[in-house]
Amino acid sequence: MAGGTMRIGADVGGTFTDVVLETDAGMFSTKVLTTYNAPERGILDGVATVVAEAGADLADLSTFIHGTTLATNALIARTGARTALVTTAGFRDTIEMRTESRFEQYDLNLVLPTPLIERKDRHVLAERISVDGQVLRPFDEAEARALVDHLADRPDDEAYEAVAIGFIHAYVDGTHERRFRDLLLERLPGVAVSISSEVSPQMREFERFNTVCANAYVQPLMASYLRELDEQLQASGARCPVYLIHSGGGLMSVDSAARFPVRLIESGPAGGAIFAADIAARHGLDAVLSYDMGGTTAKICLIEDHTPSTAKTFEVARTHRFTKGSGMPISIPVIEMIEIGAGGGSVAGVDVLGQIRVGPLSAGSEPGPASYGLGGIRPTVTDADLVLGRLSADTFGAPGIDLSDEAARAALSSDVAEVLDLDTNEAAAGVAEVVDENMANAARVHAVENGKDVAKYTMIAFGGGAPLHAGRLCDKLDVEELLVPPGASVGSAIGFLRAPFAYEALRSQHESADAFNAEAVNRLLSDMADEATSFVTGALATSDDAGDPPVLETERWAFMRYAGQGWEIPVRLDGGPFDHLGGELLANRFEKAYEEFFGRAIAGLAIEAIGWSVRVATRRPTVERVARLEAIREVAIQRTRAIHDAGTDTVVEAAVVERDALSPGDRVAGPAVIVEPQTTTWVSSNRQMVVQADGCLLIIRSDAEGPGR
Amino acid sequence: MSELRNQVMWNRLISIVEEQALALVRTAFSTSVREAGDLSAGVYDPEGRMIAQAVTGTPGHVNTMAAAVANFIEDIGPHRIYEGDSYITNDPWKGTGHLHDFTVVNPVFRNGTLVAFFACTAHVVDVGGRGYGPDATEVYEEGLFVPIMKFAERGVVNEDLLNIVRHNVREAGQVVGDLYSLSGCNDTGIRRLHAMLDEFDLEGVAELAAFIFDRTATATRERLRSLPAGTYTNKMRVDGYNDSVDLMVTLTVDTDGAHADFTGTSATCAHGVNVPLTYAHAYFSYAMLVALAPEMPSNHASLAVFTVSAPEGCILNAKHPEPVAVRHVIGHFVTDLCLGAIADTLPDVVPAEGAGALWNFQVSARATDPTSGLPPREILMFNSGGTGARPTLDGLNATAFPSGVRTMPAEATEQAGPIVVWRKELRPDSGGPGRMRGGLGQVIELGPTEGYEFAFSCMFDRVQNPARGRHGGGNGERGRVYLDDGTPFNAKGKQMVPEGRTLILELPGGGGFGDPEERDPEDVIRDHKQGYVS
Repeated sequence: MAGGTMRIGADVGGTFTDVVLETDAGMFSTKVLTTYNAPERGILDGVATVVAEAGADLADLSTFIHGTTLATNALIARTGARTALVTTAGFRDTIEMRTESRFEQYDLNLVLPTPLIERKDRHVLAERISVDGQVLRPFDEAEARALVDHLADRPDDEAYEAVAIGFIHAYVDGTHERRFRDLLLERLPGVAVSISSEVSPQMREFERFNTVCANAYVQPLMASYLRELDEQLQASGARCPVYLIHSGGGLMSVDSAARFPVRLIESGPAGGAIFAADIAARHGLDAVLSYDMGGTTAKICLIEDHTPSTAKTFEVARTHRFTKGSGMPISIPVIEMIEIGAGGGSVAGVDVLGQIRVGPLSAGSEPGPASYGLGGIRPTVTDADLVLGRLSADTFGAPGIDLSDEAARAALSSDVAEVLDLDTNEAAAGVAEVVDENMANAARVHAVENGKDVAKYTMIAFGGGAPLHAGRLCDKLDVEELLVPPGASVGSAIGFLRAPFAYEALRSQHESADAFNAEAVNRLLSDMADEATSFVTGALATSDDAGDPPVLETERWAFMRYAGQGWEIPVRLDGGPFDHLGGELLANRFEKAYEEFFGRAIAGLAIEAIGWSVRVATRRPTVERVARLEAIREVAIQRTRAIHDAGTDTVVEAAVVERDALSPGDRVAGPAVIVEPQTTTWVSSNRQMVVQADGCLLIIRSDAEGPGR
Repeated sequence: MSELRNQVMWNRLISIVEEQALALVRTAFSTSVREAGDLSAGVYDPEGRMIAQAVTGTPGHVNTMAAAVANFIEDIGPHRIYEGDSYITNDPWKGTGHLHDFTVVNPVFRNGTLVAFFACTAHVVDVGGRGYGPDATEVYEEGLFVPIMKFAERGVVNEDLLNIVRHNVREAGQVVGDLYSLSGCNDTGIRRLHAMLDEFDLEGVAELAAFIFDRTATATRERLRSLPAGTYTNKMRVDGYNDSVDLMVTLTVDTDGAHADFTGTSATCAHGVNVPLTYAHAYFSYAMLVALAPEMPSNHASLAVFTVSAPEGCILNAKHPEPVAVRHVIGHFVTDLCLGAIADTLPDVVPAEGAGALWNFQVSARATDPTSGLPPREILMFNSGGTGARPTLDGLNATAFPSGVRTMPAEATEQAGPIVVWRKELRPDSGGPGRMRGGLGQVIELGPTEGYEFAFSCMFDRVQNPARGRHGGGNGERGRVYLDDGTPFNAKGKQMVPEGRTLILELPGGGGFGDPEERDPEDVIRDHKQGYVS
């Protein structure tokens, strides 16, 4: 390997494929349009661009890290494999009956999401394990073999390409699932088989069955895509291992990804959270609100102690306005974030109450915002930003797009201003205010779900649209500090390069604090640690990073509640095994954590743990701390333009500053815009910006005591 | 820009009450709140008029709670309302219709002036008495009755009340925990409201409330115009406790609003299926909103457009001390009853009748051998039949309507107590035939684990009277309840499931819509292929 490390992060998103190359000489990035029918082509084009720009040789590449929406898209567009589900007799319809509720209370014409696997492809087997692992109805070999024959004997054009196996309480004991898989593979060795006790060993049958179905459904597609990508990369001269970023924000090997492709869902946004966490570590920020706004959605994530918050389940492929409950649940470890339909392309209109509404419909890249002049006629957030002067045709970076102020005004005028009897500028201000309010409300609700108050947080903004809207969001959330890092527009791909090798094992096992079985819990946690470690060491084995073997860190959590409650809070465990005082220790920890979430613990109630997590990861390299930099010099203002300032609801003459021309210590007082290719940062009248040593733009209130605190 | 400012604040208020509701879900003990979403949360002006309400609520709570806060102001007395107070009741007639629902109200003071109230409701695990079920003959048997009183005064919790609660309910720790959760979630709302008033530099919500009420009243009346002025009637027969119950509505619509009168409806029943009028009002308002103005937010102004009346002694106008524990069974049918009245006028909107009432049950699991040491357990489960077919869509299979609740996973239910759910699956052929097919019901098979037997409290309907089809569509299948040895079960009341036996529940399907002969042949083929129809 010549001249140190050379690494590439490639993020295939809905509109753009972002590629970032990092060498000892610096960072090179590009955005190319996502090539839907063969995503690897867009990646290779982007790779060629950055490698040429860096004057490097692909053969010297040490690591290639990839994140993709391909699995998510397959679930949304239903382009996965012909898949069967085999489940416990009596539960054929679990994935169709869902929660038996309507996600929209007032819609008589509600359509529930179609189950991933149709009823005719769902098959049942007589067997049953109890909640505590007893066999209530034995696995019937003869019936199982007959079912295997039934699954195998189908005409070619109806042959199953994948089979998901999900049995009741298999998270307690997966013996029956494994036995059926063995019988199936004997007869159908070429079929992709997923079992729920491996893919998602968590309680709650709807979520677990759906997760194993999703895994089976995308597996053939993802396995062949990953193989293809790997081969093409090698063919282009790369000789390095390929890793995938997973939804929990760690790296996994191609082999693991091909077995558990469901873990690739939402891997792009996870990269964004890792990116923000890395900036947080460099700047020594313990409480961060990560804010990523693209063309279609905004994603908000809480990052404490440089670690993004995580969850055990999330929803993908929401069919109805991003409404909770309208998608399919996936139970895997995931970086927890809230995603709402608020992006640059979000379409604005007026509802029957005379209220301005924005999103979740997005104009996307086709037809795009009205101002793009690509056929869009409905007003979008980007159009409002343009009319308000926050964006300008002169400095807008997208190639081949000539922003039209007139088109933006016409759209806002007809769809908003005329309906409400406002002038066009007022309508634009209203649209911007509504989308900012939507995002602020989502952030608040997300924080409360996690028992947090974001007012003390620092915001880190990235993605094409975030730097423009972050300032107003800070005002609304009462957030004092905002950082816009270098490379903000390709933040997720940069985040891939910062991700550790990591794997999280999750299990459901009930333990009450007052009848605590230390031995059983110690055994469970040790099994889980073995499972997670083998994934990580498996991935590391292919890594050609020179030097000492990386140190592995293990984190262990219990998910606990008062007996009778339905929602658990995570309680962190120490390293050592439990002894006879384990139950007491856990109860104490839980009560402390509960107070933190909800203000006061409740005396005299039984306490229980119902889930466990063990996460094994390579230790994060110690990052170089970036000290807070005070303003050294004022930037001389060469240009200004008129921009609407939402905080004061006035039009102000704002400075226009090129980001490339700035140096650490430079100060620009708001109102100002800092422009760079692919994004623009807005500094409102009540704020000032100071460039930090690593190139981050720090934006704080004008009346703040300088950034030195 | 005061217009836009008001719009932004309106949205903020909705987000505040959603935070309030979420705080309740996260801390609640009762399964109906935390698993099923059977709760409500809202913010009110100083006169007790609801300004905004969380969209998570189920209709039975939403609209009853809208009226509740005014009762609190009157009974506490305006001169006894202090900063840091919290008020409570489970009065079925002043709250949300049965003793299991506790409503808690906290006042908001700003610089010494009362500016708003927050209120919330949740269904608790137990209120003592006979336990949850329809068998009582007076409300006194149904549990502890807490009239409107102070849960806390100036921040100090009323320990005497808690002591009484502790000594009168099963699972005392959880019930008391829920009361704290209710009061605590109101505090969350209060904190957020202050932050909003600070941000917008306001002293109170009066001006904003006026804006919201004005907008909503105008828009709701405008939507009501799609229903021509006049009188509409409908009649529906449901099972009741022993004797069937006739429900009847006369709906009068004019430019100002819609009024439902329930004259002609059967008399009250000796057992707990009676409905306080406030609860019937809730499901009538829901019917009107869902049919005419689905995007309208629920608040004082949208609900003021809909009024109700019923004669004394009518099952939809139960009075103290008549028993009301499972008021939802008849109450849930009020929506289909009222929708039916306008079905011919709005043939493109109104669906066929559905299973209606949820199939909830409460299990008291007891050791068959009292010396075995196996502890008693209480298990509650919610299940839904099929909804009625819609004018252009099939009914929804096994989905709650008009209630907004969710079911519990079988795996979670089995963790809650000594029960095995052997089957929980769609019930083929149960949807009424039609151009659009009724939603399928479901089949549930369950029994006690080894060493236990069940006192099983049934509260099921549509076992004798099916969901009727509309415009030529066929009826949905009736429900059935029986043991695996063929022993039939009554659809209402407490009965034993012995150890080793399995109880089978076949939940009703929704009615069909339109002539079955006109059904798209492809849909017919699909129904057979998928096994929805055998």
